Amino acid sequence: MKSVLASIVAVVVLTAFFGFAYPAVMTGFASVAFPNKAGGSLVDRNGEVRGSKLAAQQFTWPRYFHERPSGTAPAYNAGATTFLNLGPTNPDLAKLIASNAQAILKLEKPYNPGLTIHDIPVDAVVTSASGIDPDISPANAALQSRRVAAVRHLPLATVQKLIKENTDGRSLGFFGEPGVNVLELNLALDKLGGK
Amino acid sequence: MNGQGIGQIVLYVVLLIGLGYPLGIYMARVYNDDDFATRGRFRWLGAIERGFFRALRVDGFREQTWKAYGKVTLVFSSIFALFLYGILRLQGHLFLNPDHLPAVASHIALNTTASFITNTNWQYYGGEYTMSYLSQMAGLAVQNFVSAAVGMAVLAAVVRGIARRSRDEIGNFWRDLYRSLVYILLPLAVVLGVILISQGVVQTFHAHATATTLQGAHQTIARGPAASQIAIKQLGTNGGGFYNSNSAVPFENPNGLSNFFEVLAILLIPAGQVFMFGKVVGARRHAWMVFAAMFSIFAIGLAVNLPAEQHGSQVLRNSGVNITQSSAQSGGNMADKEIRFGQANSTLWTVATSDASNGSVNAGFDAQTPTGGAVPLVNLFLGEVVFGGVGSGLYGMFFYIIIAVFIAGLMVGRTPEWLGKKIEAREIKIAALGALFVPTMVLTLTAVAIVTHSGLASIYNSGVHGFTETLYAYDSQSNNNGSAFAGYGATSFSASLGAVAMLFGRFVPLLAALALGGSLAKKKIVPASAGTFRTDGGTFVVLLVAIIALTAGLMILPALTLGPIVEGLMH
Repeated sequence: MKSVLASIVAVVVLTAFFGFAYPAVMTGFASVAFPNKAGGSLVDRNGEVRGSKLAAQQFTWPRYFHERPSGTAPAYNAGATTFLNLGPTNPDLAKLIASNAQAILKLEKPYNPGLTIHDIPVDAVVTSASGIDPDISPANAALQSRRVAAVRHLPLATVQKLIKENTDGRSLGFFGEPGVNVLELNLALDKLGGK
Repeated sequence: MNGQGIGQIVLYVVLLIGLGYPLGIYMARVYNDDDFATRGRFRWLGAIERGFFRALRVDGFREQTWKAYGKVTLVFSSIFALFLYGILRLQGHLFLNPDHLPAVASHIALNTTASFITNTNWQYYGGEYTMSYLSQMAGLAVQNFVSAAVGMAVLAAVVRGIARRSRDEIGNFWRDLYRSLVYILLPLAVVLGVILISQGVVQTFHAHATATTLQGAHQTIARGPAASQIAIKQLGTNGGGFYNSNSAVPFENPNGLSNFFEVLAILLIPAGQVFMFGKVVGARRHAWMVFAAMFSIFAIGLAVNLPAEQHGSQVLRNSGVNITQSSAQSGGNMADKEIRFGQANSTLWTVATSDASNGSVNAGFDAQTPTGGAVPLVNLFLGEVVFGGVGSGLYGMFFYIIIAVFIAGLMVGRTPEWLGKKIEAREIKIAALGALFVPTMVLTLTAVAIVTHSGLASIYNSGVHGFTETLYAYDSQSNNNGSAFAGYGATSFSASLGAVAMLFGRFVPLLAALALGGSLAKKKIVPASAGTFRTDGGTFVVLLVAIIALTAGLMILPALTLGPIVEGLMH
């Protein structure tokens, strides 16, 4: 009985401290020291929130770079992330890869006649883990660059330069893998103008 | 092989030892120095500690027998379970619910309560769309601290029991709990939380944000007080994500650096506890050998998973797309993986989280290759003793050590000894129970789930892979890991069966470990003789790894054959 009472008091004390005081202090610190990051790294243009640097969003127009496939419902749902969970021997996985690859060939070939399925980097045909991976591989960006340059009537070199500028390298040059942030790249393209 | 990726893994190991060692020495003092933080500049800390005990009306300095210690552990965990269940069921009527989420369904709430009380953090719920901020902060995140501290406290008591001689008591639960929370978990969580916030992990009380995308659509962006929770879910080997896709979600793990610190946090305390053990019992060389045994199994996991995933699945290779690793892509099996982590960091996380009973993920396991996915499956089955959960990992390893010295004793025909204490029938029985109970339960529950219609309803990928999903689910929950082949779905059947698995999987080994500590505390020290099997050399490492492989490894082999091995052959 004594330990029951002690436990009840402990629940109250520990919840007050670790459940309220600790996150409140951390939130206070975050809102002062890193307000944008703490709020979700939102991207603001002319006072309007256009997305987050950390979340993929749907791009289907040819003038934009496209994100990796997403397993969320609807796609790129930053309010309900999920893996796709298709196992390696699931027939649906083979179908999905094939149909994604065909769609890419159909989209890119007019601007890149020599393109074959062997040129498509793997990340372009399989889903990300979060469903909102904000990055594509540099290989995937290179694949899409001809289309974007042609549709926007920009020199290929300009688009390539923008890709480079919007590639997040490894943290501190060492940790993780490089990726091209699609939203930031597309915003940079829009800023440049062109159709 | 990928030199950059290997470099990151090597640095990981260097930092794990470099930080884990001093942490272990520090933890040894925290638990065993009565005067820790009671004098000089830190007197105020001691005053707070005494205030805590006064509020609870307990004497934090009164020693307890293992039975008393175990009883308080159970009572405390039960009361907290009721409280957590209450919050989850009532969240719709409570405050800090800006997105107006309704009550968590009863079977999900039951499973989640068992999950967080037992340091498992299995997710049958989707964090951002099931849990209010109140449930996350005051319910789940509190348990991340508390369930971790319970495991750490029990380990501290068991280690004390090993170090003591001719004593009945093994310490005081309330003091060990308090010191785990305040002097170990809290400072580490604050440091890691600040690092994560600086890298872009969200930390806000504002509701979700709404964006107008460049193509004019609306996008909802879930947010919340995540960084403070992620810091402790990594450090406390909890693993329950703020978001459904866990640490794969950029808001939870935005870049390579945040990833490195999060994965380092998984093994930091468990590795440190090995050194703590060596310091407290005065057997540093022995502790290094235990570390070496753990590290070898860890390294084997890396060496199997990374090449398998980099090689990719058969379906990817047949499709014709480019999976070759180059400077422009990580390549390999990128299904349910993130660009910023690539193969090396996904492998490192997969192995660390499944060795450590953490269960957080930065990539989906369901989509891994048969060989790659078998690595976490086997790691779990070994009983989470390769570094393992905070506290529970090392006390689980003690069972295997006892069995190892027992078998060595049989070979030379002598009464086995460990650290100067005679290992007799009672200790061996306890160790056998501790080591074999959970694997037996995993196989039993998997069998139940495979032969019942209610069990089969949870399977997402049909055929052999569905068997693996089922096995993984009960493997993960029984061993209090929490990672998943996440296609496996929540029904009221699977949620209840899982809750049973988690509760028994936690508390049976926990009580066995306390009994072992109590039993060893009573013993006298016998001086080592020429016939004593040395536990501080390479032979012991080989024997220990072999014992783990033979007991748990052989038990899972038939099930592996039905799952990943068949799938690998079909593949």
